[in-house]
Amino acid sequence: MTLPQASSFAPNVDHLFDTLLALCTLVVVGVFTVMIVFCVKYRRGTSAERTPARSHLGVELTWTLVPFVLFMGIFGWSVHLWIRLRTPPKDAQPIYVVAKQWMWKVQHPGGQREIDQLHVPVGQPIRLVMTSQDVIHSFYVPAFRVKQDVLPDRYTELWFTATQAGTYHLFCAEFCGTDHSRMRGEVVVMAPADYARWLQAHAGIGLAAQGAALFRRLGCSGCHDPQSGVHAPSLENLYGSTVPLSDGSQVLADERYLHDSILLPKKQVAAGYAPIMPSFEGRLGEEDVLALVAYLKTRGTQTEKPE
Amino acid sequence: MSTVELASPARSYLEEGYGLRSWLTTHDHKRIAVLYGIGITFFFFLGGLAAALIRWELVTPAGDLVSAETYNKAFTFHGVVMVWFFLIPSIPATLGNFLLPLMIGARDVAFPRLNLFSWYLYVVGGIFTLGCLLLGGVDTGWTFYTPFSTMFSNSHVLMAVVGVFIVGFSSIFTGLNFIVTVHTMRAPGMTWMRLPLFVWSMYAVALVMILATPVLAMTLSLIGLERLFGVGIFDPALGGDPVLFQHFFWFYSHPAVYIMILPAMGVVSELITHGARRRIFGYRFMVYAIIGIAVVGFLVWGHHMFVAGQSMYASIVFSILSFIIAVPSAIKVFNWTATLYKGDISFDAPMLYALGFVGLFMLGGLTGLFLAATALDVNLTDTYFVVAHFHYIMVGGAVMAYLGGIHYWWPKITGRLYSEAWARFAAILMFFGFNLTFFPQYILGWEGMPRRYHEYLPQFQVWNVLSSAGATILGVAYVLPLVYLAWSLRYGARAGANPWDATGLEWQTSSPPPPHNFEQVPVVHEGPYAYRR
Ligand code: HEC
Ligand SMILES: [Cu+2]
Ligand SMILES: [Cu+2]
Repeated sequence: MTLPQASSFAPNVDHLFDTLLALCTLVVVGVFTVMIVFCVKYRRGTSAERTPARSHLGVELTWTLVPFVLFMGIFGWSVHLWIRLRTPPKDAQPIYVVAKQWMWKVQHPGGQREIDQLHVPVGQPIRLVMTSQDVIHSFYVPAFRVKQDVLPDRYTELWFTATQAGTYHLFCAEFCGTDHSRMRGEVVVMAPADYARWLQAHAGIGLAAQGAALFRRLGCSGCHDPQSGVHAPSLENLYGSTVPLSDGSQVLADERYLHDSILLPKKQVAAGYAPIMPSFEGRLGEEDVLALVAYLKTRGTQTEKPE
Repeated sequence: MSTVELASPARSYLEEGYGLRSWLTTHDHKRIAVLYGIGITFFFFLGGLAAALIRWELVTPAGDLVSAETYNKAFTFHGVVMVWFFLIPSIPATLGNFLLPLMIGARDVAFPRLNLFSWYLYVVGGIFTLGCLLLGGVDTGWTFYTPFSTMFSNSHVLMAVVGVFIVGFSSIFTGLNFIVTVHTMRAPGMTWMRLPLFVWSMYAVALVMILATPVLAMTLSLIGLERLFGVGIFDPALGGDPVLFQHFFWFYSHPAVYIMILPAMGVVSELITHGARRRIFGYRFMVYAIIGIAVVGFLVWGHHMFVAGQSMYASIVFSILSFIIAVPSAIKVFNWTATLYKGDISFDAPMLYALGFVGLFMLGGLTGLFLAATALDVNLTDTYFVVAHFHYIMVGGAVMAYLGGIHYWWPKITGRLYSEAWARFAAILMFFGFNLTFFPQYILGWEGMPRRYHEYLPQFQVWNVLSSAGATILGVAYVLPLVYLAWSLRYGARAGANPWDATGLEWQTSSPPPPHNFEQVPVVHEGPYAYRR
């Protein structure tokens, strides 16, 4: 039984793992051999030569510096991979995940919804935007070698490119209460054509369209539409731009920023505006917020086309 | 060192008084060590029972032996008890309490009453923890992650938190006592660079205890505030930050790992030098390594949080520091090995434990490198790989060293000799049982089995069955010493002052020592481990 290598990271991660494993095996075998030889040769009663002990600075320095250099090598290699693991490419397709005790809810931009399943195509970078409705969970797909904690009230991201069609296990890796070990699911990786068919068959009202409806129903448009009399920022072209804040700092308007602007508007107030926007904390579920975020992203963006 | 074989041993500390009262009101560090010994032995076997339940449940993939709730409570109880009521006090509060004053030629610790008080705190903390168990237990894991522990768990979190909070103060007071004792009560001629490494390790651990434990106390209080009064600190629904908790928690709990392993390193240095009848190789480097580990140990807590939502750059910094702290550990392993060179090695039970320690500690330490490497940790964290890694350090390392130390100093503590044959047998059985239990868990982790799983996929069963089989052997190996050591109390031969023919001031007084340790204050003329000079 070996773990499948089903993402573009998997072979790289395994390569590092195998190298480190080989190195460690070498050290273990080396030290054990030396220990055993000493234990046999210098066991009580043998006639081996035994001169008084002396410490050698050179020896000490050698076995301080050699491990240090090796460690730094492994560290560098690992950081190189790590930065890649943490930097999703611009063209990655976002899919939204909401975790709750004890299930995974997935929403695709086209309105497709799934529970404890995630369908993705081969070869397309996927970026998961994740949040939790209650406690901390962790999205873990061993076959992809990826894992990311999913936090309440905050977005975390995880990206991967699946390389092999098939069905892979999805686990919750952070202890989250009674049924933690049942918070499992599967990731179904499909050939692009199959995936397109799957999307078609499961299409619903697009996420952005749901968000647009919410935007009117919740009265956001009452302040944010250009025609409205309220002094509130236009949300055109907001996503992906840099927003100056009233405290003088700047922030990149990513999903997390949009999320927080809706639920915790007082946290970061846009420069030049009064902090009059009401908080929607407690009135909106994370899935509604995701729909709003998806909608705001379509109002002109630097990176993604409207759907 | 001056060797004085005492002609007529004075009344020993054990004969000072026989009633329960004489024990419960004692100020003698040796008696307090024994009291601690009884406490931690009790909790060790209690925590062991919880482990047995866990391993028994995991024999089959389905959650069929106990309910998920019971299972979650079992591993929480196992963790809480083993970490705070066994491992942290194990070596410092028993061997440390007993030996530290003896090894530096002092009559007692600096604050004997505080020492007794810290034992009472330990007992009160223990009562809360047992009370929590009797009420129905707690299901948060020993890590108490928020917001689960503060707003979602329906179990007795507060009770458990209060227990841990109290026992924390017992280790703070022990730490305080050790620091002052080492600074002010060394015998004439016992300079810093003549201190046995065990004393150095106790000193370093004491520093970590008094610097880190208050952070734990504060964190636990904040949990209480949020859970009781809904003050928003960690739960985002109340405006808090759940990751902040993890920072606080690991700021204590990572140094706590060194609270558990540094004393073990100290013990092993004593056992190996004696077993090989040789000075420790690179004494100075060993001292620097101890200090280095204690200091850098405060700067690596973020390696528990690579996938927790910590920034990419913070993770890189914590990663490099974690690699750096592996260097002093490597130095220690090499120096222990080199100490064997040209030695006159005998394989008594304490030496077997010490050699076992070096092997297991090395495996535990090297697998730590995998977890320090961010890109590998992503896959391995929160899986059985981590479980295996820290059990190699904590059980393969700390427990082996603790038992090795108990055997080595048993004649000093009790005045009796135990059965060497049984002791060797137990040590070897333990080594095999341990590896069979935990090595398969590395494989499980790499294959992707998450930890804290009540149910698991059938493909993981083979390794789980092996692990449970190993745990059974390990359980037997742990009960054995309880039996033959207890037996020796009554039937064991009397030990002389120095049955091992060892150096060290503790061997220069009678066994068991008189209440005030030395008839005359010893004078020290040279460094430790002066074997075959
Ligand atoms: C009472 C008027 C009002 C309502 C209703 C309102 N907002 Fe706002 N909103 C504001 C004001 C004023 C600001 C700028 C000050 C600030 O950043 O808090 C703002 C800021 C924002 C921002 C950040 C814009 C930037 O340029 O940084 C977003 C995103 C946003 N609102 C979305 C929404 C959404 C979605 C809703 C409906 C759920 C909504 N708002 C409802 C007044 C309102
Ligand atoms: Cu979960
Ligand atoms: Cu979980």
